[in-house]
Amino acid sequence: MAKTNEKYAIEIKKLTKTYGKSRGISELELSVNEGDFFGFIGPNGAGKSTTIRTLLGLISPTSGRASVLGYDIVSEKKKILQEAGYLPSEINFYNGMKVKDVIKYSADIRRKDCTEKASVLSQRLGLDLNKKVEELSLGNRKKVGIVCAIQHSPRLLILDEPTSGLDPLMQREFFSILKEENDAGSTIFFSSHILSEVQNHCKTAAFIKDGRIIISDKVETLEQTGTKKITLTGPSDYSHILSLAGITPAGSENCFFYTGDFKALLRVLSEETIKDLTITEPSLEEIFMNYYETKNGGKE
Amino acid sequence: MTIFKQELRSQKISICIWSFSIGLLFAVCVLMYPDMKSQMNGVNEMFSSMGNFTQAFGMDQLNFGTLIGFYTVEGGNILGIGGAFFAAITAITALMKEEKERTAEFLMTHPVSRKRVVTEKLISVFVEIILLNLIVFLCALVSIFAIKESIEFKPLILLHVAYLLMQFEIAGICFCISAFLRKTGVGIGIGIAAVFYFLNIVANISDDAKVLKYITPFGYTEGSDIINELSLKTEYLIPGMIFMVIGIVIAYIHYSVKDLQ
Repeated sequence: MAKTNEKYAIEIKKLTKTYGKSRGISELELSVNEGDFFGFIGPNGAGKSTTIRTLLGLISPTSGRASVLGYDIVSEKKKILQEAGYLPSEINFYNGMKVKDVIKYSADIRRKDCTEKASVLSQRLGLDLNKKVEELSLGNRKKVGIVCAIQHSPRLLILDEPTSGLDPLMQREFFSILKEENDAGSTIFFSSHILSEVQNHCKTAAFIKDGRIIISDKVETLEQTGTKKITLTGPSDYSHILSLAGITPAGSENCFFYTGDFKALLRVLSEETIKDLTITEPSLEEIFMNYYETKNGGKE
Repeated sequence: MTIFKQELRSQKISICIWSFSIGLLFAVCVLMYPDMKSQMNGVNEMFSSMGNFTQAFGMDQLNFGTLIGFYTVEGGNILGIGGAFFAAITAITALMKEEKERTAEFLMTHPVSRKRVVTEKLISVFVEIILLNLIVFLCALVSIFAIKESIEFKPLILLHVAYLLMQFEIAGICFCISAFLRKTGVGIGIGIAAVFYFLNIVANISDDAKVLKYITPFGYTEGSDIINELSLKTEYLIPGMIFMVIGIVIAYIHYSVKDLQ
């Protein structure tokens, strides 16, 4: 089968995966441009790993279709895996193997000599190549996984919650490696529930909840939604404020998100006893949380 | 053949332990033969008067006074049970262990087709069984030469070929089950091997249960049949090989579409 769409690294159309009666993902729609640094955000159980595992052929879709690097995820799995690298959220290797054996094994399956790049990556991540894999901590196992995922210079790098287990210094080195790979032309697609990671490193982000994409846009655009975060003290009753169109609660009694006409807001506030008022830009996390609670079914 | 090599590497201790344990037991039995030979007339008489028990192990048709007769009963049981357990455990864990040990995600996100994984793991299972049987055969030969007794080689080789094929059949069936399992299966494997063994005993005891010989792979490893007819019973062997092939085909089909955890 010929490549379906060259410009998208990942293109998902109405992809559904169910496990018996339970939902995995539901009619998921998502596009990731080639060369993008894409953050895939959602809470635990939202469908991030199911999406990734379906894209990589570990599980079969129930319906819908998707292509990765232009290859169909069902009929051209091997071609996808040839050109992609993957880091699972929890990675395990074969007991009894040394770190260097695992890295070589991974390269051998790909029938590639990745010695040089593997050595550079191992050095940067501070890996002890002679350690047995069963003696490794979660963070060190992650590092081995990172080397295995990147050593063959993949066109697409899919990372499922990659920073769990890595200390802050190592996270910085890791993102610096990802940035270099991205600059060299690789598409980076990583899932996370840490929004600051996405805000700091990604060009584009999508938010998944209950197996559906809630929003997908440039991080820059998401940050400029016009939504403001309002914190105030003074009123004994906030019901007037809450009845205003465009206002939603932001986690605590005196904190709100507001997307609307400021004249209307000021008019309502002028009728209240206000001791203190701050209006700030919400973080990306707060923007997504606002989406959570307003666009798709209310509070969890 | 990267996966195949990795499988053999990971199984090397298991192969050594099983092979040398069975081989050593085999050798001990053979080495005991010269001392027991003089008492065998009495043993033959004793066994001939044990009714169903004698039939169950085919001892009514074997002469304990000859090395091949002694070898068939004693050694055959050791290799029969030991080899069947080894084949069952090796095959039933082959595919399942990737999910149980949570390495499936690592392996299957490399550019390997599921068919390639199944093929290399299947070859590895068969090679492991062949290695075990070669080591056991070598132990047997060395011990036979050590006691300086003469033995007919045709029935000896036929006996070992029958046990090898029996282990292949059990491996084929257990390999099929392995494709469906996610957690553990060692107990199932041992259970299957044990059930097959006892089905053969039942078939030996009762004429009404002879049909079980078509089901159990131990049907064509019956030492008395092999020694007396100098051939393997194809009526039992062919269905066995068909079961093995069916098992392998199902393993390929199911594993190719299985959702991996």
